[in-house]
Amino acid sequence: MTIIAKKPASLTDLPMHYCPGCGHGIVHRLMGEAIDELNIGDRVIGVAPVGCAVFADSYFACDMVQGAHGRGPAIATGIKRSKPEAIVFSYQGDGDLASIGMAEIVHAAVRSENITVIFINNAIYGMTGGQMAPTTLVGQVATTAPKGRDPKLQGWPINMCEMLAQITGAKYLERVAVDSPQNVLKAKKAIKKAFENQVKGVGFSMVEVLSQCPTNWYATVPQALEFVRTKMMPQYPLGVFKDEGGK
Amino acid sequence: MTEKTLRKGNEALAEGAIRAGVRFFAGYPITPQNEVPEYMSAHMAEAGGAFVQAESEIAAINMVYGAASTGTRSMTSSSSPGISLKQEGITYLASADLPCLIVNVMRGGPGLGSISGSQGDYFQATRGGGNGDYHVIVLAPNSVEELGNFPKLGFELAEKYRMPCMILADGILGQMMESMSFNFDPIDPNQLGKFDWAVDIHKNGRKKNNVYSYKGDNLIADVVERAKRYGLIEKTEARFEERNTEDCDVLLVAYGLSSRACLEAVNHAKEAGLKVGLFRPITLWPFPSKRLAELAGKVRGILTVEQSLGQLVQDVRLAVNGRTPVYLNAYPAGGQPDGNTILTAVRSILSGGKEGLFDLQEHAAGFTYACQRDTSLGMQGDLKGGK
Repeated sequence: MTIIAKKPASLTDLPMHYCPGCGHGIVHRLMGEAIDELNIGDRVIGVAPVGCAVFADSYFACDMVQGAHGRGPAIATGIKRSKPEAIVFSYQGDGDLASIGMAEIVHAAVRSENITVIFINNAIYGMTGGQMAPTTLVGQVATTAPKGRDPKLQGWPINMCEMLAQITGAKYLERVAVDSPQNVLKAKKAIKKAFENQVKGVGFSMVEVLSQCPTNWYATVPQALEFVRTKMMPQYPLGVFKDEGGK
Repeated sequence: MTEKTLRKGNEALAEGAIRAGVRFFAGYPITPQNEVPEYMSAHMAEAGGAFVQAESEIAAINMVYGAASTGTRSMTSSSSPGISLKQEGITYLASADLPCLIVNVMRGGPGLGSISGSQGDYFQATRGGGNGDYHVIVLAPNSVEELGNFPKLGFELAEKYRMPCMILADGILGQMMESMSFNFDPIDPNQLGKFDWAVDIHKNGRKKNNVYSYKGDNLIADVVERAKRYGLIEKTEARFEERNTEDCDVLLVAYGLSSRACLEAVNHAKEAGLKVGLFRPITLWPFPSKRLAELAGKVRGILTVEQSLGQLVQDVRLAVNGRTPVYLNAYPAGGQPDGNTILTAVRSILSGGKEGLFDLQEHAAGFTYACQRDTSLGMQGDLKGGK
């Protein structure tokens, strides 16, 4: 018998708590595979966020630190500067990274901290029950935008990759999605590159992952995947926004 | 032990921290503590450590959270409004049982307040400061020498009990120069033992370590376990200094710079034939309540001298528990005590007068006096109550 697929060694055996259809589990697996393939499992220290992925510290087999909402890049900075030989990642959602933690992500990029950031953008606050996120689409209904996001009242969605691309210290920025097998493969490649960059000492690398949240979008899983493709991708186009890894 | 040298308080503190093995510092500019990050930026790299000027105090304390997670001796410093911002990180550090050093070189408050030295953050420091049931160990130096030597003590306590330690100094202490010496040889952090809880690379088969703040169903057990540590600390780690306490009529209680003014008052009192002693808490949490309670039974009155609006006096009253009248000589909002003003308050206690004694509900005497002093020092005395 040949084993053709298995759970990455970089993940623990703990069953994940994520809702059916959620993208977090897929991204965790991709990160685990990337870490395994780069053979850096014994060097990785991860930072788990506040939000749906607060228990990520139990899902990754490496040593993990879970800290305050939005502060992942600052915590990762403290770890990386203290243990430069460690491979440090910060895993964050959109409320975490693009709202309360805006200063921390921007300045981690400004300093070009040699860390890997995985940014899950599902356009909603998941753990707290579906409030408006900085990335919520215009017209998208949220519990704090019951008539849909109105730019006159709540402004427009923020595009983090495009914004961070203006910062010299940001060295690798790519937006991917996990809505289809093809895109999952592309996401894997991007995530692996973001870790590889750190091994090479390239500097600040971030992968933004468009992810589905059927629960808080009040959608079935197929509807949620469709929402990613037809609503999110026009606002958040996939692609590489910066790649200075080889230079 | 080093030879005596003339050093500025903030620089002695920074050098003392590096000698104590601090290898990670993150900070953000704020007066009157700027010499600390400046010194660190110049000397941390040569010590083999990392200095980061953070984008905010919030980021700085969270960088310390990350660095402390690795078991590195980690530190941040700030002044009052900046320490308010750090409270988020401090409560997380407490919840994750991480040792670290936080320095508050206090200035006048509330809000942006003033840049004058102050002791207005006593409540914030000794009551936790952030959300939830927790304490930090609070050390209160009263000299440049102690500022330089307390980082080592702070880390020993913080690591022993796995909790943050705060050095609570004030603007004048940070800015003034005194001759001082370090009472310990520089520590090589590589020679210190590794912590079995720290995150690190190369686990080599050991169980994975998680440093985390969300406790969920385990929160009760977590808080109870921490409470046991707190109890042990209160029993065993209270530190204090006494002067002339054996045979005194009035006992002064003061910490930090105020205790220096009290020493002057003790000397003036001696010359005037009055018996005045001084009790100086060195740890503000744990508060040395037991010894203070013993002394309280032997004196006619206790006078708390503080550069705040009656904060320390609350702990004094809790410790004394009604055995002896407790009075307050207060210098809030950047006011500075001196020996003569304190002695005036002492005389009021002995004679049944009011001058120099501050009572929040009847504040005329105390405040007018403090404001006059402020004006004479060239400071603004806005509070004219009772004139």
